[in-house]
Amino acid sequence: MSDKEKKVTSPKTYKFDTLSLHAGYQPHKNAGSRQVPIYQTTSYLFDDVDHAAALFNLERGGHIYSRISNPTVAVLEERVASLEGGTAALATSSGMSAIFLAVMTLCEAGDHLVVSSQLYGGTVNLFRLTLPKFGIKCTFVKPRDTEGFKKAIQENTKGIFGELVGNPGNELMNMPEIAKIAHEAGIPLMVDATYQTPYLCKPFEHGADIVIHSLTKWMAGHGSSMAGILVEGGKFDWMQNDKFPTMTKPYEGYHGLSFAEEFGPTAFTMKARAEGMRDFGPCLSPQNAWNVLQGIETLSVRMKKHCSNAEEMVKYLSNHESVAWVSHPSVPDHPDHDLAKKLLPNGRGSMIAFGIKGGKDAGVAFINNVKLASHLANVGDTRTLVIHPASGTHSQMDEATLKFAGLSHDMIRLSVGIEDIDDIKNDFEIGFRAARKPRLVSNQ
Amino acid sequence: MKFKVDNHDVYASTGGRPFDKNKPLIIFVHGSGLTHMTWVLQTRYFAFHGYTCLALDMPGHGLSEGESLKSIEDMADWISRVIDAVDYKEASLVGHSQGCLVTIECSARYPEKIKTLSLMGGAGAIPMNPELLELAENNDPKAVDLMMDWAHGPAGHFGGHPVPGLYHINTGGMLAKSRTIKDTLGVDFRACDNYKNGFEAAKKIKIPTLSILATGDKMCPVKEGRKLADLIEGSRVDIIDNCGHMMLLEEADRVLKVLKEFIVTNYPST
Repeated sequence: MSDKEKKVTSPKTYKFDTLSLHAGYQPHKNAGSRQVPIYQTTSYLFDDVDHAAALFNLERGGHIYSRISNPTVAVLEERVASLEGGTAALATSSGMSAIFLAVMTLCEAGDHLVVSSQLYGGTVNLFRLTLPKFGIKCTFVKPRDTEGFKKAIQENTKGIFGELVGNPGNELMNMPEIAKIAHEAGIPLMVDATYQTPYLCKPFEHGADIVIHSLTKWMAGHGSSMAGILVEGGKFDWMQNDKFPTMTKPYEGYHGLSFAEEFGPTAFTMKARAEGMRDFGPCLSPQNAWNVLQGIETLSVRMKKHCSNAEEMVKYLSNHESVAWVSHPSVPDHPDHDLAKKLLPNGRGSMIAFGIKGGKDAGVAFINNVKLASHLANVGDTRTLVIHPASGTHSQMDEATLKFAGLSHDMIRLSVGIEDIDDIKNDFEIGFRAARKPRLVSNQ
Repeated sequence: MKFKVDNHDVYASTGGRPFDKNKPLIIFVHGSGLTHMTWVLQTRYFAFHGYTCLALDMPGHGLSEGESLKSIEDMADWISRVIDAVDYKEASLVGHSQGCLVTIECSARYPEKIKTLSLMGGAGAIPMNPELLELAENNDPKAVDLMMDWAHGPAGHFGGHPVPGLYHINTGGMLAKSRTIKDTLGVDFRACDNYKNGFEAAKKIKIPTLSILATGDKMCPVKEGRKLADLIEGSRVDIIDNCGHMMLLEEADRVLKVLKEFIVTNYPST
């Protein structure tokens, strides 16, 4: 095909790096402000009573009260929707509130979810202990047990939930196959893609229906601001069966509105906002939305560096005498290596789990002695972060749950930052020296 | 709501209010390959302000049964049968893009039934780019991607949806891909390309008519829209700057304001 012909057939819609900087925002509608303004306000003037009624009745778009929506937050929502290839998005005050809102938009008391067992500890507790208080029960399945997801589906199952790459063990769920299982059962697949960001993976292209992010992590990227988001793919047909009456039947809270009929590919987001933000209120502050937008502007630049540093660290750790094992999808003998190549073509992410020789004591000594790497309960900062999950992020799990989630006491979770790689390695050498002599060097 | 036309279920959004035969009827007709959902920022207003609205899914589109109709003339006749099916004598028509061709033809054929005509992104003829037509008829999703590119103006490409959190281009693309592309978009594009009677039909229209055009519309440029409007007696034209073919989403508030003034004046609700 000649260049001229290609020019005709190629859509000129903006690509990822451009959308990262521009999507969701029109300066000419904001006093020409090149930067997205921070609308630090609780509420918005109505033109008249008719305008107010129109906004409350969802007759027209606009903002009423910042718990429901805010212009700065809306830019972030649209930007993430565009990057994910989704139809709509709803930002929340944290990743956990995004998961809770997604579940409460989908489920009612008496419903059931099938959930991957390898999740962030807080998410495990939400599904294991908190949701049952709302009458929503969950069955946990190991992420690599694809058939297990199918077997766990019950008559009242309303969805499947998982992290594409499980926290902290780095086990992948076979998203395309699990999506097929979900769709055969007439239920959606919800994926927490925090570890990937849309730069590494767009779950909608692999069958996911709802994508959730803790924007606090790589998307914001600088460890400054809490934020979460749920994004809708728009393909799931809520009207294909009678499993989702709150999506398809007239809703008393909005004059008998059927979200699925009225809003189709954006129905889930519209319901999450109209009902969930109204009734639960986990709204994102405009300042934090703006901070996340600054991070997203450099997402692809940072993710490349995160991933290249991570691959360097994988090589370094794999050859280190103090390291018992390394888990990262880039390692050729990682059980999910081939799947990761398919789902994560731009890089396998910057989360590494490794086992330190000497077990828990060595792990404690290592963490207490590294100086550059920060010991804290976060991931996806520009800075390198380390934690010992069994005593930190996942410490509220009992022994059996830890084992089922694939955690061991020698495991250290490493979120590789974008510092100079030599400086990270030098810092780790200090930690490993201390780990070999924990009693002499530990500062505990 | 659902009702039967030609023994097939037809789906139409009523804008969130119950269908009420005591109120004047406004029928909204979507563009090629799309569905009733393109009208969500217009229908709900009228439904809450004294009108009965039907934002239709054309046969074979969205939630409506049957096969897509193959000509604009067939679609125009079908609209007339919709009015009969819901037991009305008359209606006001609102069309977008291909929906303009359909409503022009319908207004010319059934002058006793159609009371006002509102055209958005309309022209007297919509000849299709041959490559786009071929892609759509071959079920190639690139047809939808190209349509979304060309249908949105420069500002629309950045987003800025009036409903917080919604992203125009992906939402439109998902609507157009919700059924088999060749059976919806492919058939619709061919129907548009084949339709040659728009200018003749326009000359017959004697009802109040509004044309909303946009300076960034690549699919039905202002020049073409004006050519059509000039043939309709007393036609009113409103031009939106810095906006593309999807003006009903890109500039939803402006479109609603103009449409509201026009319909309330010319087709008042009692």
